[in-house]
Amino acid sequence: MDDLKAVVEMLLFVSDAPIAVDKFRDILGDVDRKEILRVLADLRREYEERNGGFQVAEVAGGFQFRTRPDLNQWIRKFRGSRPPSLSPAALETLAVVAYRQPVVKADIDRVRGVDVSGALKGLLEKKLVKMVGRKDLPGKPIMYGTTKRFLEVFGLRDLTELPTLRELKELQEKPRAPQLPGFEMVE
Amino acid sequence: MTYEVKLDIFEGPLDLLLYLIKKNELDIYNIPIAAVTDQYLQHLEAMKSLNLDMAGEYLVMASTLIHIKSRMLLPREEEEEAEEADPRAELVRQLTEYQAFKEAALKLDSRLLLGRDTFKREAPLETVEADEDEALVELNVFDLVAAFQRIVSSLKKEEILEIEIERMSLSDRINEIMERLQEEKDVTFLGLLGESPSRRLIVYTFLAVLELMKLRLVRAFQASPFGPIRLFLAVEEG
Repeated sequence: MDDLKAVVEMLLFVSDAPIAVDKFRDILGDVDRKEILRVLADLRREYEERNGGFQVAEVAGGFQFRTRPDLNQWIRKFRGSRPPSLSPAALETLAVVAYRQPVVKADIDRVRGVDVSGALKGLLEKKLVKMVGRKDLPGKPIMYGTTKRFLEVFGLRDLTELPTLRELKELQEKPRAPQLPGFEMVE
Repeated sequence: MTYEVKLDIFEGPLDLLLYLIKKNELDIYNIPIAAVTDQYLQHLEAMKSLNLDMAGEYLVMASTLIHIKSRMLLPREEEEEAEEADPRAELVRQLTEYQAFKEAALKLDSRLLLGRDTFKREAPLETVEADEDEALVELNVFDLVAAFQRIVSSLKKEEILEIEIERMSLSDRINEIMERLQEEKDVTFLGLLGESPSRRLIVYTFLAVLELMKLRLVRAFQASPFGPIRLFLAVEEG
């Protein structure tokens, strides 16, 4: 297609949700995946070089135009409202859900050492967390997981992009008995 | 002995303990339980005197700390000593785990958040207007017959769809209801069922509404006995 880059750019412009490569293919028909990715990379570089008001971001399994973060004060002024922010309680709860999903509420309570009902409810209402099923335990407790919106809001391509929990890894290594210097295991 | 207690806002007993460990530059894997317990209880006293609404979890932790302290004080049989784990082990595990998630939460917050640091184009596609235009098209009898046939043929399809309904899950239904409530602000129970609902759909909808009421995400009202049951979101989206 001659105008492939222009069409991809147009679609990015009109969409208010990130567009996945598969969605581009649904619309564009018989265009190679690689070709679409190449055009997207081109656009991305062009917008970056132009250093204008917005850029192409790869989030939540798709591509989206986003405004430049370093100039966000002007948009805030334009909107005249304070940016929404999550409380530490909400963020901690969200982190547990993100890393442990699917997870039941009792497990989140246990990790945080407090009852997370309120925080969890807020996250459900903000659509950052959703119910993903029920655990096969007495009472069939609900299991929670993060949403696509979570990826979009936090600018993550997918869940694998979450940074690893460093401390947890250390902890798993910890239980090994400390080796005394000069002491060798007898096989 | 008097302590100067500075009150920060703590996210819970684990948060308070981590704060004490950090403040005193203690080794998390080798906590001096007696000293930490004393300071922990001092904080609880201060919170009480300020009439802060103290969650029961703080008291549970206090009793856990005292329990560990007493176990550390008790002399142990030599044989036991080797086998029995450090009474602090479980607490250390909880603390390090919580610390990891606390850190992860800060990392999440430091990302470029949509709606805070970066923004997307928000104008929704105007599909509603297109529908209105369609409604103005003049129709004749044949159009009506064609429309009727379309409906009838789609009804036949519904029999095939019934298998899909089997796959309905309660959590899907809950999410659907929440989405509808967010769009429409209030719906009646019958409204949720649509026309000619299957028995399965009625049961799942009923269970979903019960679950949502239990979670206090929705509230249900009924003006009179046997009147329509109206459902509202418990908290309007801000």
